[in-house]
Amino acid sequence: MEAEKKRFLEKTAQQIRITGLEMVKTARSGHIGGAFSMSEIMSVLYFDQMNIRPEDPSWEDRDRFVLSKGHCTVALYPTLALRGFFDRSLLDTFRRADGHLSGHAEMHHVPGVDMSTGSLGQGFSVAVGMAQGAKTAGKDFFIYSVMGDGEIQEGQIWEASMYAGAHQLDNLIAIVDSNKVQLDGTVKEILDTGDLAAKWESFGFFVQSIDGHNVEEITAAVERAKAQKGKPSMIIANTVKGKGISFMEGKHEWHGKTPNDEQFEMAFKELYARMKELED
Amino acid sequence: MAEKKATRLAYGEALRELGSNEKIVALDGDVSTCTMSVLFGEKYPERFYNVGIAEANMIGMAAGLSTLGYIPFAHAFAAFMAGRGFDQIRNSVCYPHLNVKCVGTHAGLSVGEDGATHQCIEDIALMRSIPGMVVICPSDAPETAAAAKAVAEYEGPVYLRLGRLPVETVTDIEGYQFEIGKSVMLRNGKDVTIIAVGLMVPEAVKAAELLKEKGIEARVLDMHTIKPIDKEAIIAAVKETGCIVTAEEHNVLGGLGSAVAEVMAENCPAPVEFVGVKDCFGRSGNALKLLEMYHLTAEDISAAAEKAISRKK
Repeated sequence: MEAEKKRFLEKTAQQIRITGLEMVKTARSGHIGGAFSMSEIMSVLYFDQMNIRPEDPSWEDRDRFVLSKGHCTVALYPTLALRGFFDRSLLDTFRRADGHLSGHAEMHHVPGVDMSTGSLGQGFSVAVGMAQGAKTAGKDFFIYSVMGDGEIQEGQIWEASMYAGAHQLDNLIAIVDSNKVQLDGTVKEILDTGDLAAKWESFGFFVQSIDGHNVEEITAAVERAKAQKGKPSMIIANTVKGKGISFMEGKHEWHGKTPNDEQFEMAFKELYARMKELED
Repeated sequence: MAEKKATRLAYGEALRELGSNEKIVALDGDVSTCTMSVLFGEKYPERFYNVGIAEANMIGMAAGLSTLGYIPFAHAFAAFMAGRGFDQIRNSVCYPHLNVKCVGTHAGLSVGEDGATHQCIEDIALMRSIPGMVVICPSDAPETAAAAKAVAEYEGPVYLRLGRLPVETVTDIEGYQFEIGKSVMLRNGKDVTIIAVGLMVPEAVKAAELLKEKGIEARVLDMHTIKPIDKEAIIAAVKETGCIVTAEEHNVLGGLGSAVAEVMAENCPAPVEFVGVKDCFGRSGNALKLLEMYHLTAEDISAAAEKAISRKK
């Protein structure tokens, strides 16, 4: 990858975090941990890989994206705003009773959101339905879905995986944001999900394990997934929950907690410092 | 009354006919030869998805298909559609108000020998509690065919409740028309109104005959749409007949009876008697025998009607 493009995608990921934290600060509410672990994924998908038209969000032949971990709107909404789907000022209405940017992803009021999600385990089935529908219609767009590594404890994920594998839905590109931490503790402590690669391989997926904060690895994995014929893809993105804010990294307490003023200040300081590094 | 036919069979034939619309797709959770979606599947295999025994995924997939402009009809036994699938129907279908049709067959006690696990007596209550959901339970074969067509034309989520048993045709009346949200008056009367759904509609018609022998004139309303319910017809029935009996193959808590009583309490309080499953599970046994055991027959409706009349002031 060209250095310039790499830097652009890294900066975009960092801007997603900064914008997300601003949203949370205004709303005094929101899920930071799991949003920050998937920021590079969103940057690569929306700013490099996905075939989309921000000026025409319901364009029939666009690639679709389903945020199965629907609580991570703190990554999704800033991504859409930065990509031009809607004005950034709308982000100030996040989680407000008189606004349209609800806490969990909402498709009818937020341009660019392809499916309303929130109840864990459900979004991936919707993505599988979209993939099946695209096949039936003879369309060649891709369906992307990001799920959490805690979310996959839901049985429905495996029902959907079984279908996608059995029906060879190679237009489906799934990504597990494997940040190893869920609401109550680490995934290992709560319910160890074991060898994810082996699991999805046995379900008939083309599986790749990558560093989910490395934009080059994400890009390469998505490109390989697109080229893969006859199998759905699963990208296991190894990430860090709360990435980019030292006191949040790897801490389950920061799944959905709102920082206090002092913590916001420290967090912004770290995010801006990293952004400056990327800009220099 | 004409030949007997199961609503699920009439539905399967109707869906096959609707299949000429290429937007219609069907999903089934490995019970297609029971729900009769197989008839669609045989004719349109490229638009039929047997998802295996995985109702949650089926409903999610239906939601996904609908976002592409398809009109998905998803099928399972009522117990596993409305029961197991509740969260998916609520969050993936109704909250985004997607154009998904959830078809639950084998509803009520008349599943028979399969017993309580398969006898869904809660689905009307569950489905009507979800904002934006339309709930339809047709009474006989022709009405089911008409309902299927109306459901396909309607834009938005629908729960369609069907039964396993063959039922008599009761809607072969002059000027019959199916309209979502509009009940059908099968018999007119001045002493009491029986409001029924599903296979209890033929029982209600029989009850009206029994009552006639006693000199009681009963109105019979086929309330095929439980949500949105036909308020005008209920209010008119109270005004003109003074008391109500509801009849459903469903728990008396939360179903048709509750929906009717809600309208009455708010608009026109009057005596009402509830014929239905009295908040208990069913059991394994012959379907007709079970309907007798659980007091879901024409005789039970007729007795309830007399009781309602006796409570009039």
